[in-house]
Amino acid sequence: MTTVTGATNATDEPAAPPQPPAPRRTGGRARTALGFAAGAALLFGVAPLVLSDFRLALLAKYLCVAMVAVGIGIAWGRGGMLTLGQGVFFGLGGYAMAMHLKLADAGPGALPDFMQLYGQLDELPWWWRPFASPWFALPATVLLPMAVAFGLGSLVFRRRVRGAYFAILSQALAAAMVILLVGQQGTTGGTNGLTDIQGFFGYDLDDPVNQRTVYLLIAAALLALLAGARQLIRSRYGELLVAVRDGEERVRFLGYDPATVKVVAYVVAAGMAGLAGALFVPAVGIISPALIGIVPSIEFVIGVAVGGRATLLGPVLGAVAVAWARTALSERFPGTWTYLQGLLFVLVVAFLPGGLASLWALARNRRAEPDRPPRWRRVLPSGRGRTRTEVPAA
Amino acid sequence: MTVLFGQLFTGVSIGAVLLLVALGLALTFGQMNVINMAHGEFIMAGAYTTYVLQQTITSAGWSLLVALPVAFAVAGALGVLLEVLLIRRLYARPLDTLLVTWGVSLMLQQAARDVFGSPNVQTRAPALLTGNVSLPGGITVANNRLFILGLAVAAVVALTLALRLTPLGRRIRAVVQNRDLAAVSGIATARVDRTTFFVGSGLAGVAGVALTLLGPIGPTMGTNLIIDAFLVVVVGGIGQLKGSVIVAFALGVLQATGEYLTTLSVAKVIVFVAIVAFLQWRPQGLFTLRTRSLA
Repeated sequence: MTTVTGATNATDEPAAPPQPPAPRRTGGRARTALGFAAGAALLFGVAPLVLSDFRLALLAKYLCVAMVAVGIGIAWGRGGMLTLGQGVFFGLGGYAMAMHLKLADAGPGALPDFMQLYGQLDELPWWWRPFASPWFALPATVLLPMAVAFGLGSLVFRRRVRGAYFAILSQALAAAMVILLVGQQGTTGGTNGLTDIQGFFGYDLDDPVNQRTVYLLIAAALLALLAGARQLIRSRYGELLVAVRDGEERVRFLGYDPATVKVVAYVVAAGMAGLAGALFVPAVGIISPALIGIVPSIEFVIGVAVGGRATLLGPVLGAVAVAWARTALSERFPGTWTYLQGLLFVLVVAFLPGGLASLWALARNRRAEPDRPPRWRRVLPSGRGRTRTEVPAA
Repeated sequence: MTVLFGQLFTGVSIGAVLLLVALGLALTFGQMNVINMAHGEFIMAGAYTTYVLQQTITSAGWSLLVALPVAFAVAGALGVLLEVLLIRRLYARPLDTLLVTWGVSLMLQQAARDVFGSPNVQTRAPALLTGNVSLPGGITVANNRLFILGLAVAAVVALTLALRLTPLGRRIRAVVQNRDLAAVSGIATARVDRTTFFVGSGLAGVAGVALTLLGPIGPTMGTNLIIDAFLVVVVGGIGQLKGSVIVAFALGVLQATGEYLTTLSVAKVIVFVAIVAFLQWRPQGLFTLRTRSLA
């Protein structure tokens, strides 16, 4: 009989007792500025001094992943759109940048090395040509992913395809992109991707000094994205996004168009992933299908889930921590890392949906107000019960 | 004409594989709104079951026949285990089940690597299934493809009959149509869920047995199939089987035709674009189950 009561509970969730509006935290702005300054000091001052060139290059790579994570935090944590295809946007940004750098390496009028190898091409394919110009290639790293996200997002969200359907579609997009890249080996480098990138706008990437500059560039970009994301989350739009996540139909009845709200968040997330991909290329010197396919796309999500999907800093810290743990563990015990990664995913998502960030909030709230629901419960949609607005008729 | 028919058959046989994989998903996704990414690993479990059975039963034909029910049971048991341990707790959060089961699938893949080794293994196909059949008009079709087509059709027929005629099937349909009403009518929905999950996962095991006829068995064999299979269910519409059946064959034929006219990679993109376009027309899938249920 437990089933019957369980089922009734599922729909007739007792209305939450009215809560007094949370007092607006005073000094929030000063605290944010302080945290920001501390983060900047850590990234710009401490890390380059403490870490070796090798470790710094690794950190640069992690920070690129963290940039993708900020975007996923907005789209998934705040907007409820589980995008399992951020690798596509990361890849578009990365390939746009790498195409430009390959052309710059080859010199004017010459073909990139791999095309001569397996392409049997006499001249550059038409869609490569614009990337010779930095004025096209650099904006394209961000605008191209945003355009693709806009196209797919407006088609899909306007027709109210959402939830699991959207997640699967986004994953299929990643699969299709990888298959396309691998299949067109002559013009995309196939499985190898675009490798062996030497220069970055006239600077030699093998030089540790220049690598350091690239790191600083990435750190600055991450901080800028975080600042932007904070403004977005705090804005009226940010409120609306959370409202769409928690009750799309209700927002529609209030006169807003949820599709537009979702498209904006999806496009912003895609732009962030594109920028991350573009900066990843000079930091690592390669972009390949293996870095952007289904598996890496889901791995972007792990960091966000572990850190705390609905918070601003959680995704960043989670992404860096998971990427770091992977490097540290998979070097020595590759098998163990896979188990651990799987287990991490299961435990965090199933039992701590607010991520590690919620642990802290949980402890703090318990101490301050023992009766109040923990913070992640307020930030995430209610854990129990199918709400009538969320689950499509099935 | 011969070419056309040959392509059509290739498409149908791609569709049959997709259908076998998607059938279990249609059950679990359709009824419980659960996105089980570990379904691909249940396929793998079925395939490895065939491999293990061949170590003891030397006759390829018998081992295949024995493998079908055994793989069903093995994969089904794995599914029930997953349902009891994790999915049961996550029914209200379908997106989270996707992530959790993906974590499970990672662990299962690694387990397969540890037990059977990373390199792919191969099973022996029975002699009966290795040749070709010549049809009038100079058309040849491969026996193993024909067998898989037959298996897919048999699975659809068996499942449809089970859903239509048996008391269990009636309960499953009731829960799909209106979970709350089913619950107040005295159906133990939790038990029905578990049974559905057993059957759905078991079908993945059967698909795994079929796949051993087509290629090598490896730890990641399920990953590539699973997304296509999910697309089949999404486009077909959840809650009933006929959508998945039609869409599986349609996608198979589209894929084969695209592949014939262009290349494999372009064909995949064509299929994806076609799916997005289709969802513009029918966002809830080909067939939607209309109920008065509010949930």
